[in-house]
Amino acid sequence: MSIRERLSGNEAVAFAFKQINPDVMGAFPITPSTEIPQYFSQYVNNGEVDTEFVPVESEHSAMSCCIGAEAAGGRAVTATSSAGLALMYEVLYVAASARLPITLACVNRALTGPININNDHSDSMGARDSGWLQLYSENNQEAYDNMLMAMRIAEHPDVRLPIMICQDGFITSHAIENIELVEDELVKKFVGEYEPQEYLLKKENPLSVGPYDISPYYMEHRVSQAQAMKNAKQVILDVSAEFAEMTGRSYGLFEEFMMEDAERAIVIIGSSAGTAKEAVKQLRAKGEKVGLIKLRAFRPFPMEELGAALNGVKAVAVMDKSEGFSACGGPVFAETRSACYGQPEQPMMINYVYGLGGRDVRVESIQYVFERLTEIIENGTTGEVYRHLDVRGGEYSGL
Amino acid sequence: MRKYVPASEVNENITWQDIAPGGEVPEGGTSDLFNTGDWRTMVPTFIEEKCKQCLLCFPVCPDSSIPVVDGKRLDFDYKHCKGCGVCYKVCPFGAITFGKEEK
Repeated sequence: MSIRERLSGNEAVAFAFKQINPDVMGAFPITPSTEIPQYFSQYVNNGEVDTEFVPVESEHSAMSCCIGAEAAGGRAVTATSSAGLALMYEVLYVAASARLPITLACVNRALTGPININNDHSDSMGARDSGWLQLYSENNQEAYDNMLMAMRIAEHPDVRLPIMICQDGFITSHAIENIELVEDELVKKFVGEYEPQEYLLKKENPLSVGPYDISPYYMEHRVSQAQAMKNAKQVILDVSAEFAEMTGRSYGLFEEFMMEDAERAIVIIGSSAGTAKEAVKQLRAKGEKVGLIKLRAFRPFPMEELGAALNGVKAVAVMDKSEGFSACGGPVFAETRSACYGQPEQPMMINYVYGLGGRDVRVESIQYVFERLTEIIENGTTGEVYRHLDVRGGEYSGL
Repeated sequence: MRKYVPASEVNENITWQDIAPGGEVPEGGTSDLFNTGDWRTMVPTFIEEKCKQCLLCFPVCPDSSIPVVDGKRLDFDYKHCKGCGVCYKVCPFGAITFGKEEK
């Protein structure tokens, strides 16, 4: 029997780490992820885990600590947000290219500036090309479930890439909700031990990690890493299927919500999907053919699957909770539109950058977006593609 | 289990499928496969008659290029010696000379 509890997203992730009992945590506090190492250090102090907790002096060191531990043959975890992730930037690439399956709990927060501690996705979206797997969570349950699946996916021999489990700062990380926890023994059995084939402390076969790579070899290493990211799609599906058998909770690369016969749809990531589902339900109750796709995996990006899922929809709004400053839309939009290119019935598509720095997104905000999609269908043209939602002086959904 | 191509067989014809993930090298002693001594511009010379076998030289060599067998140092490993001259500096007996390498 699963355990019914009430936990915040941060508590849920710290609890998952306790059940997994990793070998090393290297961490430095930063709002809103601070509670994860804080709670976990209490588990360490109480002897509930035998993890080596390394309180480092910066996030660059936190990730470097994880790299060393993982290369040595241990299972290493960390948690961070915003500027902390930005400070890890250099070593995120080292972790991925050295093919070290480290687990990072990313509690999404805006990047400066102006200084802001609230939620958006600009931190992890900025690291989208670093070679890390990225799974996004809608609520505390998903943050917990994704964390239980993280190591199985990352450590798989066909993958061997580090993984970021993302949840929305404050909205998910600090809000207490009901949650179903998996029993300790089942978690231990499901996650298992980290058993790399080669590692630094394997004394019978010495290993070198992270050597200098000259031009005749570098590109082959990059292609091998790119293939690992492609392989990850199937591994995510396989591990998720096994997780569903254990818990009854099913996850894919993305979730389709009321997409059957949908003529208008939005594509969205994270906690706002919960708000958007309510908007979809209300509109469906009025007989409107609307639906939603919530991306779970952003890295690897489910290009073919998403393209197929949106094929035949008349108009789509892609919601970006980060401003990519590309002058033509956010990162989710760019990749979603690319996924639809070449589909036989590609939808008309617009982008809404929304919710930056914790700007509230309400049911009315999403309904406003669906109204714009209706206009687009009636006019037969998208008009401005790159839009911002709920900004004074621009498009504002009311209140 | 991944089967790694032995380091001795890795060359510029290796494909991305066969190359070790992350460039990791899952075996030891692979420096033996490479002649890094050709980076050298200065070179130490061992004068065996003057050597008292005090063994002050071999621990300071940054490249382990002074082989020691049965408590006695042998001639330099020129395949790996970079010609830094630290051994020449520490030798109290003038048993190591140091000069420009003629190529």
